[in-house]
Amino acid sequence: MRWHEICGFALAISCSVGVSEARAQSPYGIGRPATAAEIAGWNIDVGRDGSNLPKGSGSVSHGREVFAQQCASCHGDNGEGGVGDRLVGGQGTIGTAKPVRTVGSYWPYAPTLFDYIRRAMPQNAPQSLSDDDVYAVSAYILNLNGLIGADATLDATSLAAIKMPNRDKFVGDARPDVK
Amino acid sequence: MSNTIDTSGKFARSTRRRFLQGGSAVAGAAVLGAGASAAAETENLPPNVPDWMKSPGDPMGSQPYGAPSPFEKGVIKNISNNLKQYISASGRTPLQELDGIITPNGLFYERHHGGVPTIDPAQHRLMLHGLVERPLIFTVDDLRRFPSESRIHFLECSGNPGYSKPYGKTASDLVGLLSCAEWTGVSLKLVLQEAGLKPEAKWVIAEGADAAALTRSVPIEKCLEDAMLVYSQNGERLRPQQGYPLRLLLPGFEGNMNVKWLRRLHVTAGPAYSREETSKYTDLLPDGTAREFSFYMEAKSIITRPSGGQRLGAPGFHEITGIAWSGHGKVKRVEVSVDDGKSWQEARLQEPVLTRALTRFRFPWQWDGKPAVIQSRAIDETGYVQPTLAELLKVRGENYFYHNNAIWPWRVAADGEVTNALA
Repeated sequence: MRWHEICGFALAISCSVGVSEARAQSPYGIGRPATAAEIAGWNIDVGRDGSNLPKGSGSVSHGREVFAQQCASCHGDNGEGGVGDRLVGGQGTIGTAKPVRTVGSYWPYAPTLFDYIRRAMPQNAPQSLSDDDVYAVSAYILNLNGLIGADATLDATSLAAIKMPNRDKFVGDARPDVK
Repeated sequence: MSNTIDTSGKFARSTRRRFLQGGSAVAGAAVLGAGASAAAETENLPPNVPDWMKSPGDPMGSQPYGAPSPFEKGVIKNISNNLKQYISASGRTPLQELDGIITPNGLFYERHHGGVPTIDPAQHRLMLHGLVERPLIFTVDDLRRFPSESRIHFLECSGNPGYSKPYGKTASDLVGLLSCAEWTGVSLKLVLQEAGLKPEAKWVIAEGADAAALTRSVPIEKCLEDAMLVYSQNGERLRPQQGYPLRLLLPGFEGNMNVKWLRRLHVTAGPAYSREETSKYTDLLPDGTAREFSFYMEAKSIITRPSGGQRLGAPGFHEITGIAWSGHGKVKRVEVSVDDGKSWQEARLQEPVLTRALTRFRFPWQWDGKPAVIQSRAIDETGYVQPTLAELLKVRGENYFYHNNAIWPWRVAADGEVTNALA
């Protein structure tokens, strides 16, 4: 892509600047150092490989309870959708004329589910669930989609190990595609 | 403004003003509108002297922050009244009501995913961490200390519009998730250099301080090219709906990536694959594959006058005008067809023609009073020509959803009514 070529050059310059600055002062001396504790408190990014997932775990059965209390009013009792997105079903529809995009049919990476629920759900009180509850709700939604068993419990390792059905269906941006 | 009130003395006038100032804008507008409509037919027209010349107008200070004329009260954001919810929702700019290339701040389109937060700038921080030599925290005042710059750029939501029917009636219904402003802030490159990028830094994950903690990944090339951290828009501080007190601006990239209420920049080796950039904002093709990280908004244009919902009063001269833009740079040319696409003629571009900004075009037209189909197409500096909807659908299918940059024709009927020619 064009910007790769143009900006690869800019990047090369910037990186060399960055390296040479590494032991130097900041150019403008603006801002203050962020401490490790401050970063840990704010960095809630979970990688697609499960990196930065927190400790803790949650079961499908506990997730069912949390979901009923916190999620079902918008997403339906069984994740069928409502005011909120449909979360369940649709596998096998993505390449058809009427695709049904859900966690089970479309989402490429399971750790993203934890990341999103923790940062943004429930919509009326985001970042209010404990990490254990987020694992549990993630487990319940994955169970509703037939991707883990009803007796499963998820933690950082087992969540990252789930292979989502649609994972290999994403491709790069091929535009301009009409010439 | 009725004669009865205006001529009844200063006491009555000030009482009336207190009523207008104390009441809602709508109530005030209704009073003025009613008074005007009674008198307007002839009493204020030549050879008579209009009412508003016979007594002083509103005193200085009656509007400490100015508002449009009450006669313009219909020019507001286009917000659907039957959305499933209004916390994750969008509101459109009334493009067909506007002139020039700058969108007034109050009419700038909105899209948010967790409502509009009310942020005290004194308690807002930007954290910059990850693959940097010096993780840093900035206050808003810190960021204002950096060398600043102002640039005019458009912002457009990538779902503007979708590919399937029903298609909208007006220009705003179709492409109203589009606006353009003069942005002031600091080059993101300067801020990244302040922390010192490590050689393996390839992406920056931006996160908002809203209830969605909205997260998008930006290639480092874009961050070092023309990205800005913005604190002002059209001369004043950002509106809350636009990310007050700080937003990311990525000129030419889809709106969702221009993270508002920006609180964190996480420099990484790879993208986050966040919910927004996997389950949403990916483009589904007919074969079941989906394009990811499709950032650019391609060249596009639309005629805003005459456009859907308007009516031509009579045959004769009518200026055709509209806007064109491209995420890949400057608009090189706009062509207009008034014969249903059989022939195309070059429109005049209004200066300034700026990179990744709206460009206003104009075309003189003599309407003969017969039914007509009018449309515009943009050609940008890369030579790319705005395609038809049929051409896009052939490649992308109806479920692609995002990045629809189709030509949109308007049908002008013999009675002058203008409607969507594809609806």
